[in-house]
Amino acid sequence: MEITRRRLLVLLPGAAVAWKFVLAGTPEAAPNYKLTEHWWAMLIDIPKCIGCGSCVRACAEENDVPEGYFRTWIERYHVADWKIERPEVESPDGGKNGFPPHADDGGKNFFVPKLCNQCADSPCTQVCPVGATFITPDGVVLVDKSYCLGCRYCIQACPYGCRFLSPKTHTAEKCTLCYHRITKGLTTACCEVCPTGARQLADLKNPKDPIHEFLRTHTVQVLKPHMATGSKVFYNGMDGSVR
Amino acid sequence: MLGIKEHCAILGADVTGRYGAGNANLFKDIEHLIRLVAVIAIALVAFVILRAAVVPHSFGQYGHYRGAAIGEIASRPVAFAGHDTCEACHTDVVDQKKLGKHVVIACEACHGALAKHVDDPGSVQPKKLDTAIVCARCHEANSAKPKNFPQVATADHSGGIACDTCHQPHRPKIETAKTETEGKK
Amino acid sequence: MYPNEVELQWSILIVLYPFITGLVAGAFILASLERVFRVEAVKPTYRLALLTALAFLLVAPLPLQLHLGHPERSFEMYLTPHRSSAMAMFGFVYLWYLMGVLLLEIWLDYRRDIVVLSQTERGWKRLVYRVLTLGSRNVSERSLGIDERLGYFITLVGIPSAFLLHGYVGFIFGSIKANPWWSSPLMPIVFVFSAMVSGISAVMLLYMLSTRLREKEIDMRCLDKIAQYLLYTFVIDFSLEMLDLLQRIYEADESFRSLDFMVHTRLWTSQVIVQILLGTVTPIGLLGLTQILRLSDIARKRIYGLAGCLTMIGIFAMRWNVVIGGQLFSKSFLGYTTYKMAFATREGLLTAIALMILPFIILWILVKLLPPWYESDSSPGSGSAPAHGTS
Repeated sequence: MEITRRRLLVLLPGAAVAWKFVLAGTPEAAPNYKLTEHWWAMLIDIPKCIGCGSCVRACAEENDVPEGYFRTWIERYHVADWKIERPEVESPDGGKNGFPPHADDGGKNFFVPKLCNQCADSPCTQVCPVGATFITPDGVVLVDKSYCLGCRYCIQACPYGCRFLSPKTHTAEKCTLCYHRITKGLTTACCEVCPTGARQLADLKNPKDPIHEFLRTHTVQVLKPHMATGSKVFYNGMDGSVR
Repeated sequence: MLGIKEHCAILGADVTGRYGAGNANLFKDIEHLIRLVAVIAIALVAFVILRAAVVPHSFGQYGHYRGAAIGEIASRPVAFAGHDTCEACHTDVVDQKKLGKHVVIACEACHGALAKHVDDPGSVQPKKLDTAIVCARCHEANSAKPKNFPQVATADHSGGIACDTCHQPHRPKIETAKTETEGKK
Repeated sequence: MYPNEVELQWSILIVLYPFITGLVAGAFILASLERVFRVEAVKPTYRLALLTALAFLLVAPLPLQLHLGHPERSFEMYLTPHRSSAMAMFGFVYLWYLMGVLLLEIWLDYRRDIVVLSQTERGWKRLVYRVLTLGSRNVSERSLGIDERLGYFITLVGIPSAFLLHGYVGFIFGSIKANPWWSSPLMPIVFVFSAMVSGISAVMLLYMLSTRLREKEIDMRCLDKIAQYLLYTFVIDFSLEMLDLLQRIYEADESFRSLDFMVHTRLWTSQVIVQILLGTVTPIGLLGLTQILRLSDIARKRIYGLAGCLTMIGIFAMRWNVVIGGQLFSKSFLGYTTYKMAFATREGLLTAIALMILPFIILWILVKLLPPWYESDSSPGSGSAPAHGTS
């Protein structure tokens, strides 16, 4: 069925009004967003990830990520037999263009998407000498690029390797959980385009959030729990070999 | 050239003789230290004034960082419109997708970031997709993909021709004949 | 490797920085041996050690500034220091050490000379000295006595301050739980002792070189004493490093396999050959020889010179192995990368070489401005450094 001019005249004003809020310049202009009402997290469902790389590409486009650096990436694991401490891992160009085909070689094979874990007790914010990286009251770790010195201490301190120095701004950069989207009622770019729902945004202060419910009822893990970072990216169905 | 010792001997009488012992002269004997303390005090005051002038006003609003940064970061323009916005206009595609497995896939997952198209639907058109590439990203067979996920070795399956030769991307299962106008204006 | 880990974050400039601050701390400890512990033999090097420490301390922030993405914002560390950050707090430790300890001690020790020189020199030098007097020309016995006591107190405070200065650099690395090569409670202590080794060795070499250039006799009693302290400190430093290594090998935790492989491949030359064999075991052996055997003055001088040079190379290699080594392996413990050192860029080898030469130029200026010795002296052991108050 075609979009007739009449339908457009009916639909467009409504869409335009909704869009105005999406394009709102500041959280204040999206008047319903209150910092203290949210505590953001993410769920990654490993058995659902197909390694298509859509998330990596979408993130790069949404956030102008410089070529060769990654705010999110995918790793492909191969675990031979019982050798859980010695997996073979690859991440060609961060998985941006998918992965080359592999024949089935016995042993476990799976994909693991990774991103900034938005740690509640993050070591990166602890070591920043000037307060250029911080956790917001709604649980997102951000970098103030007009204040960052580019000393790279935070990049050294992150146990997950999710930070890098932007060659454009010469400041530290990393996944912002698409803060400019989630504060406007949208989801992150990576979650938006994930075809299988392997990546889902969660709001831990919202009791009605289905992902929050999922976390309460399923066996989930975080990366490197011994680091006690208060990581808020939860992995469902993650194998013990994941580093 | 005279050494330091010789100089001291010459000046000693002038310099040291002037100041005798006694409490009244304690001040004179620590005069250099008082001057030093004064220099340090001036430097400290200058620092405090500089700090008040230079540190951004919103610093410390929510924590040890510039509070205004939160607003700045949140005000970045979006590139992906989000499937809700697409579905507001393209209801025919929505009806199509509801009949198949691709209902769960966001429009921009395949069509790319289209916020600009939402802003100005008339002049900004989405690019035509090459299905041989787009579909293979998800459906090319790989041992690491979940076993129950539909995947094919495209070389054997189609010989590399465009997937939409046979499949309708919005409703991929081949059940009925493909119609040409679906999804387009 | 995680994709963002392939490129190294901290370059050779960050290797240079702990090396330079180490020289500062070590030179100061040597100076304090004379002042506080009354080790008379090393008196000829007292002022030289202080000036060496100052020359290097002034250069120390430069590699950091050149490394920053935004050096123009570096003052933010003093304006809004993040109290939980070791790096931010170090900014204040550095400031305290420069202003409250080193400059103050040098000023108090040299004050009489400065006042005299402000009246005898001519031209622009006169202006410089007059500014340094802060307007006071009092050099009475009592004021000098007050200076002496205050200087003693400052040196007393300065010793833990020197430990704090370089221990803090060690803590900057040692507190990073994400990096098992760095994360260790021993790190600040190892850094302090290796700093003392490099500092003592640097002053020893500078003393030998400067005395030669001035065509004077080297005070062998002084030199022997310095070499002795170098040996003792070196033995402690080596023991600490070996303790760390043995414990790692024995416990063999998650990171061990990856680190072990790295040392055997990427770090073999710089760690085993240069740092341990050439830079630690050999100098300790050479210095030990001079303690055990009766050797002639010339033989001892040659050994001290050789041992000193090898020590400097070894301690530099140690900084390299810590900083660069800590970034060559992946935090997943499943991969490795390489350090591609640039040459003529802001963080390249050429810059590093220039930054290592600069302190010597500054030292030369300082020596001209504030001579650590008297021109009229020709015989060794006659107290060629100015007397401290009552000695």
